Amino acid sequence: MSVLDSPAPSSRLASVGATAALELRGVTRMFGALAAIADVSLTVRPGERRAVLGSNGAGKTTLFNCITGDILPTSGTVRLFGEDVTRFPPYERIRRGLRRTYQISLLFPGLSVADSVYLACRGVSRWRYSLLRPRTGDPLLMRTAELIEAVHLTPARDRLVSELSYGQQRQLEIALALAGAPRLILFDEPAAGLSPAERRELVEILTTLPRHIGFVIIEHDMDVALRVAESVTMLHNGRVFKEGAPDEIEDDPEVQALYLGGAHG
Amino acid sequence: MAVAARTRSTLAATGRAAADPGIEAPWFARIPTGVWLVGAVLLTMPAYANNFVLFQVFGWSFILGIIALSLMFLAGYGGMVSLIQMTVAGLAGYMVAILGPSGTEQISLGLSWWIYLPVALAVATLFGTLVGTLAVRTEGIYTIMITLAIASAFFYFTRQNYTIFNGYNGFTLVRPPDLFGVDWRQPVPFYYLSLACAALCYAAVVYVARAPFGLALQGIRDNARRMAALGYNVTAHRILAYGFASVLAAVGGVLLVWQNGQIAPGTAGIPAVIDILVIAVVGGLRRPIGPFIGALIYVVLSSFAPDILTAFGLEPDRFKLIVGLGFLAAVFFSPDGVLGLWDRWQARRARRPDPLTGKVP
Repeated sequence: MSVLDSPAPSSRLASVGATAALELRGVTRMFGALAAIADVSLTVRPGERRAVLGSNGAGKTTLFNCITGDILPTSGTVRLFGEDVTRFPPYERIRRGLRRTYQISLLFPGLSVADSVYLACRGVSRWRYSLLRPRTGDPLLMRTAELIEAVHLTPARDRLVSELSYGQQRQLEIALALAGAPRLILFDEPAAGLSPAERRELVEILTTLPRHIGFVIIEHDMDVALRVAESVTMLHNGRVFKEGAPDEIEDDPEVQALYLGGAHG
Repeated sequence: MAVAARTRSTLAATGRAAADPGIEAPWFARIPTGVWLVGAVLLTMPAYANNFVLFQVFGWSFILGIIALSLMFLAGYGGMVSLIQMTVAGLAGYMVAILGPSGTEQISLGLSWWIYLPVALAVATLFGTLVGTLAVRTEGIYTIMITLAIASAFFYFTRQNYTIFNGYNGFTLVRPPDLFGVDWRQPVPFYYLSLACAALCYAAVVYVARAPFGLALQGIRDNARRMAALGYNVTAHRILAYGFASVLAAVGGVLLVWQNGQIAPGTAGIPAVIDILVIAVVGGLRRPIGPFIGALIYVVLSSFAPDILTAFGLEPDRFKLIVGLGFLAAVFFSPDGVLGLWDRWQARRARRPDPLTGKVP
């Protein structure tokens, strides 16, 4: 995992710890009369690993969409690394070090694995509009190869994304999120649909990420979520229901009743 | 299949070469044999083709191919079906006629080629980019509608405006400049001029398709939302794609006015706008060679179909009927155009059992 230890502009910030990586204040998003999330406040320190739990419809993915700018909150503010990005388009937030993966893989069926990862590296670099092909020895091509290796996709690097297996597509999702110099990654159910062996591999990838990279993870698999997270936020009906350390949350009878009840319902 | 594999592994090949320098073949050795053959035939064409074939069939095919190529770039790589490309070409042609010398002396300014040529290309590119700025905010059928609306507005505007566009009459006697003492409107020089422009435009599209700009455009075609989540400004990228495509269309437009020797509203009328779409779709939108194949088919049909129709006792101007039936057949049997048929034939040949061993590869 040494390839992921790229020098991050935030490493100094992380040690100071003065500025939150992510700060939500009273974020609400209405769909018609329904509040998908209501008055959510949340602070994630630089390098912190946070799990967001909650039953289906608790507003977890809407929360992610508000953070990335895929949808705009009806009210409330979103701050990234101290900067108010509430009205910023997604690409501006990405250029500030935010990344995300999607619950249902959102990839490029017509491109190869190598091209996809290369584009992800390019997206946050300058010259993303370049009309010139990369020269041999372009550092981004090296970086692309390293990332593909890091998610164990090297044998499939020249295959079209549409030809990949489900598990490989999930791995590619993670490679795309790790490209560039991420400081905060949002993982939306990365373990969904993976085999037990693939889950163990995922946990290993997540726990060995460089310390300066923080992440927020939505995960239905409590085993995965509580193993990789240092803190937990529990959402219920679009509101923050509980916050605490993983073992506190796990042992909380109220949470247990709600979460298990909701998951089966 | 082989062709598809070749186009998609270029970047990978570059990447491998980066890891192990010294194994990469020089660029000219990587060009497939077929391209060398086609190139040799095209370069020696004047030795065995008559002037009609050189000027009217191939000259016109190259020009329509360039304009359709600009549509292929937007539609094939960007997923944006733009009907404005013929209008961009028409505007470039009009600019050449208005700024340069023509038979309509009361309007034409008669400036030198080194002024009117860059200005014509720049004005047409700017116009195409502006239309793109409007069109990229829409998707699918709405992109088609908005570009078609602007194209028809341009047609009616040029037909009614007499102070600049000379209305219904347009401009006649528009001739290319006598550069290097060559009359570029003679069949052989014009053949080579249009061939060179077509080759350059084709090479530019092939090259850019594998450069970050083109790759990102294909990424946007596949999944615009994910591209935004990788840091790309999708709207800006699409607008720049219109700009790039407009340069190609403008080059085609300048050649078109030189070949016709005249330009009138009908040059960029609705039928001409639709013809470009037909050419690109019949040829195939997947690869840059498609529009040129489509253009050659279109030109051959429209050049020779009247004779065939007359032989059958039909009106000669019914050749559009044949073009239309061809278009219908193409979208019906092969949505990827003639290129799609070729790919399928190649795939079937690859699957055929070996005649000696009987094994299926």
